[in-house]
Amino acid sequence: MRLELKNLYDDFRDPDTIKALAKLIYNEAKGLQKPVNIMEVCGGHTHTIMKYGLKQLLPESIRFIHGPGCPVCIMPKERIDHATILARQPDVILVTLGDMIKVPGSRGSLQQARSEGADVRFVYSPLDALKIAKENPDKTVIFFAIGFETTTPMTAALIDRAEKLGVKNLLYHINHVTVPEVMRELIDSRDEHIDSYNNRIDAFIGPSHVSVIAGAKIYKEFPKRYGRPVVVSGFEPVDVMEGVWMLVRQFVQNRCALEIQYRRSVTMEGNLTAQKQIEKIFEKRGLFKWRGLGNIPHSALKLREAYAHLDAERVYADILPVEEIEDHKLCICGDILRGMAEPTECQVFGTACTPSKPLGSCMVSSEGACAAYYKYGDLLK
Amino acid sequence: MKKTITLAQGNGGAENHALIKEVFWRHFGNEILDRGEDAAILETLQRPAFTTDSFTVTPLFFPGGDIGKLSVCGTCNDLAMMGGKPRYLSLSVVIEEGLEMRSLEKIVRSVKKELALNGAIIVSGDTKVVPKGSVDGLFITTSGIGERQCEGIGINEIRQGDAIVVSRDIGRHGAAIFAAREGMELQSALKSDCASLWPHVASLLDAGIMPHALRDATRGGLAAVLNEWADANNLCIEIEEEEIPVSDEVRGICELLGFEPAFLANEGTFVMALDPADVPLVLEILEAFPGGEMAMRIGEVKGDYPGKVVLNSPWGTRRFLDWPTGELLPRIC
Ligand code: SF4
Ligand code: SF4
Repeated sequence: MRLELKNLYDDFRDPDTIKALAKLIYNEAKGLQKPVNIMEVCGGHTHTIMKYGLKQLLPESIRFIHGPGCPVCIMPKERIDHATILARQPDVILVTLGDMIKVPGSRGSLQQARSEGADVRFVYSPLDALKIAKENPDKTVIFFAIGFETTTPMTAALIDRAEKLGVKNLLYHINHVTVPEVMRELIDSRDEHIDSYNNRIDAFIGPSHVSVIAGAKIYKEFPKRYGRPVVVSGFEPVDVMEGVWMLVRQFVQNRCALEIQYRRSVTMEGNLTAQKQIEKIFEKRGLFKWRGLGNIPHSALKLREAYAHLDAERVYADILPVEEIEDHKLCICGDILRGMAEPTECQVFGTACTPSKPLGSCMVSSEGACAAYYKYGDLLK
Repeated sequence: MKKTITLAQGNGGAENHALIKEVFWRHFGNEILDRGEDAAILETLQRPAFTTDSFTVTPLFFPGGDIGKLSVCGTCNDLAMMGGKPRYLSLSVVIEEGLEMRSLEKIVRSVKKELALNGAIIVSGDTKVVPKGSVDGLFITTSGIGERQCEGIGINEIRQGDAIVVSRDIGRHGAAIFAAREGMELQSALKSDCASLWPHVASLLDAGIMPHALRDATRGGLAAVLNEWADANNLCIEIEEEEIPVSDEVRGICELLGFEPAFLANEGTFVMALDPADVPLVLEILEAFPGGEMAMRIGEVKGDYPGKVVLNSPWGTRRFLDWPTGELLPRIC
């Protein structure tokens, strides 16, 4: 890897620009008829908002709702159990990305499995799994694949490359999830105890990295069918502030559209080559359980039939349990992921549940809403 | 064929003795060590300070240092941070069979070099060789005894109104190790800050500066030191984000991997709490040391949020700078 250190980020964190945007938003927001609730779908945005204290710069009429946006946060215990069970098989090396190894399942986390002797490795790039497979020909290497549209092409590239090279000892456990389906679920779903979720979310900020691959087009239905404007934004504070400003302007001007803030690399179409490769290898799952949100139709991917022999879920079907597991009684991750509650409303927030001893996954991933609140506090309110 | 360490060299017998004599004693020889007794007999020290630390870094050699240099810096710096002049060290090595003899020699030479900078000597040691796979190359444990040159430096001396100063730019060691481990090629040379800090402290004391607290920001980085201080005194430490010195290289790595520089380890950077009136002179003195031109006053001790570290952003927002938790892991995307 070669690093270009050309201060990529400096302009996007420029204090004067951020302050200027805050002012623009303030002025624009005066024209609002009623408060606007903006859901940031991705945890990356939650993180930016908390880390840079952006809430403190906005008028009261603009509120953020934290969405379900992290493949780590939404991984149900059942799937993590799969990972820890696989990792504990003799002669298996389990490979996964970053934060995943800290998330607790019902039988502990991958980190725990590792401390008990399981061979668990985390990598920066899925392609590293190929290297590990080649270096350990007498072991079975299982890649526990996670992530949104952003990381799916990397898994596809890994599978493609391994097939071309004839690597035989590399299997995959696929947990790739897709964004639009869960957004739809958040608007559509009703809870008998609560009026409707429907009224809480007025607009969405969409994550730019997802759209770099899948294009902004995946959000077309939200302004059209659901009357919710979407702005696809980058992750720097300037990006998020500009995204908010663009949304506020839409409300003031009485428009409802899909717009791209992150023109640096997002187009309507996205990366067609990557989309094609994903298409070749993956197909939609009927149902996938999201932690806290339950089963959501077509919201995840699995390997196509042609690759079934590489699917760890099938190869190890005998030992992988399928029963559903309930979350901790007190954990309100589900409501948080739906934008129904703030982390601080959870009874055990910061007491029984902290980043070093998380009860729910919103506290585990460094980008989960609970972890962000815990870490950065919220000094103004 | 390359000469490598064998299990036989750890047997306690002739080969073991030869290894110790040829490699360790040859470099570290001094009056106390040369006696070859079971325990070193030391001169009585006025106000002794004692500390110990183990070193397990991978890779053994990294840009800016190696495990040998690190093992002396680490222990001597702990003494220096209490105002102690490092005097006597013990050095215990656990070597993995198969380590190249040349690497061992190189490590021993850098131990020797670093000892000289501190004016300390090795008075006791131990060598073990273990089967391949039991350790990662080589582990070192050093213990050190120093002599305090002053009283009154310690966490409990920190008070409201104190200025907080860092001695140079932060995060270099952590970033350099990550880069070396992940095989990242850096355009500009990023080096660990690994260095002995006694010379810094000695210059400060010589100039009549009496810091209230000193702490080298090793594992857990700047964030851990500040949180420890805030927590121990139930005071609030308020930091200006803009003032924290970070090199472009470190910032680049942090961007790439999703880390914060304040959480990355340092091995030659320390934090001070001191009388604000002393700050200009302190900065002037630090300038004489490598990286010292980056030394900065980054904040002060206040009372607003007891036990917390508050970070003020240049655009007028505030947040906590929390303790680092768990393993440092990169973001997923
Ligand atoms: S890992 Fe972080 S950036 Fe990636 S989708 Fe999750 S929250 Fe967003
Ligand atoms: S604080 Fe912990 S238990 Fe409560 S919602 Fe968040 S993750 Fe779940």
